[in-house]
Amino acid sequence: MANLYGKENVEIAWCPGCGNFGIRNIVMNALTELAIPKENLVFVSGIGQAAKAPQYYNTSYFNGLHGRSLPPAAAIKAANPLLKVIVESGDGDMYGEGGNHFIHAIRRNSDITVIVHNNMVYGLTKGQASPTSRPGFTTPVQVDGVFENPLNPAALAIALDASFVARASAGEQEKSKEIIKAAINHKGFALVDIFSACVSFNKVNTHRWFKENTYIIEEGYDPKNKPEAFKKSLEEGPWPLGILYVNDNKPVFEEKLAPYLNKDNTPLYIRKREAGTVMDILNTKI
Amino acid sequence: MKIKSADNRVKREVSIVLSGEAGQGIQSIETILIKLIKQSGYNVFATKEYMSRVRGGVNATMLRVSQDRAAAPVDKTDIFIPLEKEALARYAYRLDKNTIIAGDAALLQDSRVNDIAFGKIAEALGNPLFSSMVAAGAACGIIGIGKETADDFIQKLFGKKGEETVNGNIKAFAAGYEAGARTAVKNNFKIKIDKNIKIQDEFMLSGADAVAIGAIAGGCSAAFAYPMTPGTSVFTALAEYSHKGQIAVEQAEDEIAAINMALGAWYAGARAMVSTSGGGFDLMTEGVSLAGITETPVVIHLAQRPGPATGYPTRTEQGDLNLALHAGHGDFARVILAPGNTLQAFELARKAFDTADKYQVPVFIMTDQYFVDTYYNIPRFEVKEHKNQNYIVETKEGYKRYALTKDGISPRGVPGFGTGCVCLDSDEHDEDGRITEDLSGIGLKMKEKRMKKSALLNAAAIKPSLYGNKNYKTIFICWGSVLNTALEAIKISGLKDAAILHYSQVYPLHKSTADIIKKAKKAVMIENNQTGQFAGLIKKETGLDIGHKILRYDGLAFSADGLAELMKKSAAIKGKKIRKPAEKKKGRR
Repeated sequence: MANLYGKENVEIAWCPGCGNFGIRNIVMNALTELAIPKENLVFVSGIGQAAKAPQYYNTSYFNGLHGRSLPPAAAIKAANPLLKVIVESGDGDMYGEGGNHFIHAIRRNSDITVIVHNNMVYGLTKGQASPTSRPGFTTPVQVDGVFENPLNPAALAIALDASFVARASAGEQEKSKEIIKAAINHKGFALVDIFSACVSFNKVNTHRWFKENTYIIEEGYDPKNKPEAFKKSLEEGPWPLGILYVNDNKPVFEEKLAPYLNKDNTPLYIRKREAGTVMDILNTKI
Repeated sequence: MKIKSADNRVKREVSIVLSGEAGQGIQSIETILIKLIKQSGYNVFATKEYMSRVRGGVNATMLRVSQDRAAAPVDKTDIFIPLEKEALARYAYRLDKNTIIAGDAALLQDSRVNDIAFGKIAEALGNPLFSSMVAAGAACGIIGIGKETADDFIQKLFGKKGEETVNGNIKAFAAGYEAGARTAVKNNFKIKIDKNIKIQDEFMLSGADAVAIGAIAGGCSAAFAYPMTPGTSVFTALAEYSHKGQIAVEQAEDEIAAINMALGAWYAGARAMVSTSGGGFDLMTEGVSLAGITETPVVIHLAQRPGPATGYPTRTEQGDLNLALHAGHGDFARVILAPGNTLQAFELARKAFDTADKYQVPVFIMTDQYFVDTYYNIPRFEVKEHKNQNYIVETKEGYKRYALTKDGISPRGVPGFGTGCVCLDSDEHDEDGRITEDLSGIGLKMKEKRMKKSALLNAAAIKPSLYGNKNYKTIFICWGSVLNTALEAIKISGLKDAAILHYSQVYPLHKSTADIIKKAKKAVMIENNQTGQFAGLIKKETGLDIGHKILRYDGLAFSADGLAELMKKSAAIKGKKIRKPAEKKKGRR
C-alpha cells in the first residue's frame, strides 16, 4: 500500500530497529485507509523521540514543547473544528511532563486522537525511567532499580471516563491499524497507548517481550461496560490489546464553545467581527 | 477669568471613602453609587483596595465626584464612611479635621463620628440588607446630589426582585439621604458640583472592561486563562461577552496550558489571548519562548500585583516589567504595551492583536490591580468599522512556513486554508519548519530572520506622550497606569517648568527617548515598584542614568496629592542627575 502521508527524502533520526518505525507505518496505513484529506490533517506533538513522528509525515504539524501537546491540540480543534487533530507523543511526554494536561484533556474531551508510544523508558535523554517503567528496571539514574509504582495509562483514562481508551502494540500491525482507525473515527478524546520497543535503552521490554506479554482481547468483549473495562485495563502480564473502553455519551469540548453552539462549524479565522458587535457591548457600559 | 470670591469657599469636587469588612456590602455600595452618580449627571471615579479575604478584613473603596473630570485617587478624604471599627485606625492617614466621618456611633466608639446608624435604620425599615442603600443614601445626602434620580434608578436596579425590595430600598436611600443632609448642615459642609446631563450617556469602563472590549475590537476570538487576581477580571469579561462576540473561552488547567492553548489557537487561525498576573506569567514563560522560535503571534494581558511569589495577592505594583522583558530564553523580538487610561487600554488592546499578527511576535498588555479595578466615566467614542487586516495567506503545495524574506516576516498560513502543509517546530528548523542542525547554514539564517523583526518593531514603536510645559526643565517620566495620577499631581504641585513623559509602549522604546530626556535639566522617574525597572530599561537602551526616582512599593497606587508632594521635593533637590554614558575611547585600552 502506498504511504500517501509519508514525507519523502527525509532522514529519520530514530535508531535502526526502533518501534517508532512500526507505529509510523501503522498510522500512515490507517490514514490511507480512512482517506483523510491531507490539508485537513494536523499532527501535534511534544518533545521526545516519539514526538519527532510528525516530522516524518507529509502533513501539517505543531511540534511544540515537552509535555505540552494536548493544550494546543485542543485549541487547534477549537479554532477549526473541520481539522482532524492527531496527537503523537511518548510516555514521558504524555504521562510525565504532561501528566496534568493528560488528566484535564480527558475531562475536556476534545475530538482528538492521542497516540502514545509507550516504550517504558526515556529515549531522547538516553535511558532514564519513565512513568510507565516497570519496577526493578535499572538505569543510570535508577541505579537500584525503579521502585515507584508504574502509571497505568489505560486504567487512569478509564477512571477519568475518557471517551475512547485502547491499548495497541507496534508489533501487531494489523490489529493496531484497526484500533487507530477506530480511534480516529471516534468523536471525542481517543487514547491509544501503543507499546513500542526502545532498542537502545530498554533491554528488558523488547519487541519479543511485548509479543510474549500481550494478547489480543477476545471477540465479544463489550467496551461499553465500564467496570469490566476497568478490570481489563488492570490486567498485566499478559496485557490485553484492543479497544478497552468507549463512552459515546460525553459532550465534546469544541461543540460547547460559544462560536459553535448554533452548530455552525465555520473556523474562527474565517469569521468576521462587525464593529456593531463591539459597539453593542460598549453600549452596555453606560 | 476672575473667579468670584464666593466660589472659592464652595468645593467643586468631593472625595468619599467607604470602608468595611469583606462581605459587608462595600462592593454593592460602590456599584450603586457610581451608577447613580453618573446617571445623575456627575463625573465619577472609583477605585478600591482590598484584602485577600472573602469575609472580614478591611476593604475600602474610594470615590470622587467632581465638576471637572478627575481620574486618579487622592489621599485627602472629605467624607469617610466606616462600616466597622478597625477602618478608623487603618485609614487614619486619610483623615483630617475637615473630614466628615459618618457611621454608627455606638459601633465606632469615636467622638469624631456623625451618628448615622445604617444598620438600625435598615432594620426599622424591615430588612438589615437595606443598610448598604442607607449608606449610599447618606453619602449622597452629605454631598446633596442624586436625590432626584434615585427612585427611578432603584426601580431599574431592583425591578426584577419585586415591589417590596424596590420600595424598601427607595425608603432606605431616602432615610440615608436625609440623615446625610442633616450631617452636612451640622458640619457646615458646602459643595456645588454642576450637573452635566451629557455625562449620563458617557461610557463607564473599568480598566478590565477596556482591555477586554478592546481585545474584542481587535478580533480576539479565543481566550484561555487560569484564574489569578487581578488578571481574572479581563478573562471574566471576555467570558461574559463570549456569546455576543463569538469567542471560544476555556479555563485551562494551569497557566502553562493556557498559553500553549493560545499558541495552538493562533496556529489554527484564531486570534487568542491569555490574561494572568505575575505568578501565573512565571509559568507562561516557556510559551513565550515557544512563540519566539515558532513566530506564532500571541497576546498576553499581564495584570501586575506585588511579588515575588504570591506577594500581596490583591494589591498593586508595576513590578513585572523585567519579567515581561526577559521572559523566555534565547533572543527574540517582542512588544510591551502599557495603557495609561481606559481609552488607551481599549485602543492598545485592539492594536495588540494586529501587531502580534502582522509581526508574528508576542505582544504584552501590561496593567495592574489598580488599573483593572478602577472606573471613571469617559466620553463616548465610536468604534469604526475596523478592518482587522487578515495577515493569513492561502497556502499552496510546497508552502514554506518559515520562508526567508527580505524583512524577516514569512507569510503565515494556517492548516486547512489551501493545500500546503503548515509545519511549526519548537526546535531550530528550516524554511519548511523541519528540525535542522545546520548551524552555520539555515539555522543561522533563521536566527537572523527572527531578529530582523526588531528593526521593524523599533520603527513602529509608539511615541511617548509629553504633557505640560514644552520648555520643561524637569521631566517626570512614567509608564502604564501612573498616567492620570501624574497628570493631576503635576497640576496640584504647581510646578511650572515641568512636564510629564508617559510611555504607553515600554518596549521597544521609541527612538525619541534619549533626546526628550536629555533636553531636561533634571529627569525624575515615577514608578510603582521598588527598584525603578523602567529606569533600568531606559539606561540599558539609551545609556541615560535617571538618578532621581519616585518609587512606591507598599502595594498601593500613587495618590495625586501624595505624588504632588513627592514631585515638589524631587524638583527642589539640586543636581542634574541625568548621567550620560561616557564617550567611548577610540582604540584599544
